Amino acid sequence: MEVVEKKNKNKRYKPILEGIPDWPVYQLSKNRKEFIEEVAQKTFAQIRKNRPTTKQLIDELEATVYREQQRMKRNRWRADAADEPRFWAGIKEELVALTGKTPEEAQPIAEDMLYRIVLRYANEIAGNFKPNSYRLTREIVKFWFSRLLNGARVKKFGAFFRSRYTLRDKIHIVGKVKQLRTLAKEGTVVMVPTHFSNLDSILIGWIIHSLGLPAFIYGAGLNLFNIKIFAYFMNSLGAYKVDRRKKNVPYLETLKFYSMCAIQKGAHSIFFPGGTRSRSGMLEKQLKLGLLSSTIEAQRNLYLESPTTEPVRKIFIVPVTLNYHFVLEAPDLIDEYLSSKGQDRYLPEQDKYGSWQLLQFLFKFFTKGSNISVSIGRGLDVMGNYVDDQGNSLDAQGRVIETRDYFISHGDITVDKQREDEYTRMLSHKIVSEYHRINRVFASHLVAFVAFEMWQKKHPKLDLFGLLKLPEEDQVLQFEEFRAACKRVRKQIYKLKEEGKVYHATHLKGNINLVIRHGLDNVGIFHLKRPLLMNKEGNIITKDFSTLYYYHNRLVGYDLEKFI
Amino acid sequence: MTSKSLSENDKPVGVIGAGNFGSVVANLLAQRRQVLLHVRDDAAIERILKTRENRGHQMHANVMPTNDLGYLADQCDVIFPIVPSLHFRTMMKGLSPYLHPYHILIHGTKGFDVSLPEGKTLDTMTTLDRSMVKTMSEVITEESVVVRVGCLAGPNLSKELADGHPAATVIASHFNEVIQLGKRLLRTNHFQVYGNNDVVGVELAGVLKNVIAIAAGALSGLGYGENAKGLLISRGMVEMVYLGRALGGNTKAFLGVAGVGDLVTTCNSSLSRNFAVGYRLAKGETLSEILASTDEIAEGINTVKVAKKCADYYKVRAPITTTLYQVLFEDMTVTRALEYLMRYPLNVDIDFLTE
Repeated sequence: MEVVEKKNKNKRYKPILEGIPDWPVYQLSKNRKEFIEEVAQKTFAQIRKNRPTTKQLIDELEATVYREQQRMKRNRWRADAADEPRFWAGIKEELVALTGKTPEEAQPIAEDMLYRIVLRYANEIAGNFKPNSYRLTREIVKFWFSRLLNGARVKKFGAFFRSRYTLRDKIHIVGKVKQLRTLAKEGTVVMVPTHFSNLDSILIGWIIHSLGLPAFIYGAGLNLFNIKIFAYFMNSLGAYKVDRRKKNVPYLETLKFYSMCAIQKGAHSIFFPGGTRSRSGMLEKQLKLGLLSSTIEAQRNLYLESPTTEPVRKIFIVPVTLNYHFVLEAPDLIDEYLSSKGQDRYLPEQDKYGSWQLLQFLFKFFTKGSNISVSIGRGLDVMGNYVDDQGNSLDAQGRVIETRDYFISHGDITVDKQREDEYTRMLSHKIVSEYHRINRVFASHLVAFVAFEMWQKKHPKLDLFGLLKLPEEDQVLQFEEFRAACKRVRKQIYKLKEEGKVYHATHLKGNINLVIRHGLDNVGIFHLKRPLLMNKEGNIITKDFSTLYYYHNRLVGYDLEKFI
Repeated sequence: MTSKSLSENDKPVGVIGAGNFGSVVANLLAQRRQVLLHVRDDAAIERILKTRENRGHQMHANVMPTNDLGYLADQCDVIFPIVPSLHFRTMMKGLSPYLHPYHILIHGTKGFDVSLPEGKTLDTMTTLDRSMVKTMSEVITEESVVVRVGCLAGPNLSKELADGHPAATVIASHFNEVIQLGKRLLRTNHFQVYGNNDVVGVELAGVLKNVIAIAAGALSGLGYGENAKGLLISRGMVEMVYLGRALGGNTKAFLGVAGVGDLVTTCNSSLSRNFAVGYRLAKGETLSEILASTDEIAEGINTVKVAKKCADYYKVRAPITTTLYQVLFEDMTVTRALEYLMRYPLNVDIDFLTE
């Protein structure tokens, strides 16, 4: 009783740049050494500017060493460099030796230490794009994915080696694909996807390749490099490493300069602006402003460096939402969310999923009917204005605006940190609202949302935690009631779509019974305990309330609650 | 920062709206810079050029009147729009094609902009929500590409400013750049300029105080004294804070110069238009009689309507606003309204500071 997806019109896209040597990311890796030194120098200069006195500089170094040694003591990872305890012990000794020296004597030594630290960080962060390894990875992914698909779907001996199905049948790419391709030729693209699963990075990598785009660089959490299979993929896809354990100033500055310089040099980039995977399952509301601000700074620098007459390479922000029926990590994510809620506890970055679990998941994913869709949003300039296909920024009335003008006061381009902070905030609001607009509602989101909200409505006195502890006999929804509510909410989703506030998958249309069936079949499909099921009497029950809450959250923020 | 140098290549500053307050602001700015003043009426331009007189103000020699918005936007990077809220959006639509992201707009209008669904009027809407009610800074960003927006608010009675009495104003903006600029342009020995980052809060304070000003006029018209006024101002303040919060401002803005400062001034001044409306109501005139006899717009009347309908939507308790609404539009007498308010069963003094 599967509701058939609209005939998939995804086609093959020709690469926009012929050879890998033309790719910005390749250029970057070819001149890796120079690039890293440039990043280190810029970072160094910035920190020197922010810490003008010798004392401040030494304090900063001491804080950094302290934090690093604490980290190594408490939380070392496989991906960490073997020589780091020695390095930091050395820095510490040098710092101790500084006591008693005059500021004039100490300053050059402290500066030297700072430079060595940021250079080390820059080296650690830097990605290592290797064309051969990239090609190999691409082929491996294509080959095995296609074997899995064909072997699983066509139940005949020998199907394993056929190529009837490709990834394109599993992953639907919708939205402004053509514009994305032109923008990637016209300027530098910064893709900002929502982040729900560790799989996102690989998925995005595949999408970028399949759209014929050159490889993008992106910051992947260092924790992912602990998993060998990921480490291999990441290294070959232009990933640079982001270590969320390191919160010290030199590290954060280096990281920011790394991505900023890369963007300034024209390397297409991916930021997951939510920071980490969404713990609650909600679309991101709060974005990490640090990385976003580097796009604005990079654009301003490009304007600053070129005379007014010259056209400047523009930076385009492209929001992307990834839509799943199922998120592998959902039960753990929501547990973390719930246990931290109200207590503001630190969320430890721990992943229970090794290579084996991941392969298992992939196998399940390809053998069972559950699709993923990826919505590509309309391109924005760094101020959040829509751009047309030529990359011109447009105002609400469709008139062309000059992005340069945002950085001008009294006729000149100026650097104003507070102003750019505010611009960053505006950009982040725009991205969040674009996420909601291009989000694609699946039947599984609909049923999860309706079921949870119905339970909530039946027990208005209970807060979230009370609700999650509901006794089993109360956890039944009459099908007729449920069906009627689904219909009302679906109608409102149609209306929102008309108003351009959200999208929905084609499978959401048609007979509501089939849609509900499709939703129930797919919501959290591979979890041990299913978030939503139909019992023998044909009524709706749940086996895992908190995971249901997780999937329900996907539709929070559209004011659909009042239609329950 | 307050350097008085008027360098030759400094571009002129624009002021849009040659009403009472617009003229005063133009004169304040003219002490530092050349000013282009947008005047809609050709006869008024003639008059200013010939006699330098406008609405009872002697216009500074640096003020040049013009009726060309395009020219003004081209000449000025910094513009002060000061037109009644009723015409503000239309004005912005006309100005918008000439604006660029490098422009800085600091408005001085205290009122709401209301956009209703097709076929509805303010009277047929029983409630209003925030998607229909906008502050002027929001109108500016909706209608144009300008992002560096600020707002001028505070106890600024035009007559006193024109006479050079000591006074202060608040420039509210998300951008320090805008606040600093406003200070550079406006600050004098008699005129203090404060900065605030909560634009919407400051705008709301400036708008909502007009409601209380009408009520103050009414009390005064009834012949009551200072006890009654003290009661009104403090309770009015609480009401403003609640409404203001529901509409997206922070409590703090209401406690500053643009909040309590402006409120006290307007409630004590027979110079204020809103105060005059209340006063005449208490003397037995009806709203239509009052409206017929004045050419200047008292923003407060519309504000009462909007604030009451917003209070209903957001379920905010706003007894003063609601009763005033009944007086203005539903024929309740002022005496009856006062009786009702004095019996209102709510007697916690301050409950908005524990956030």
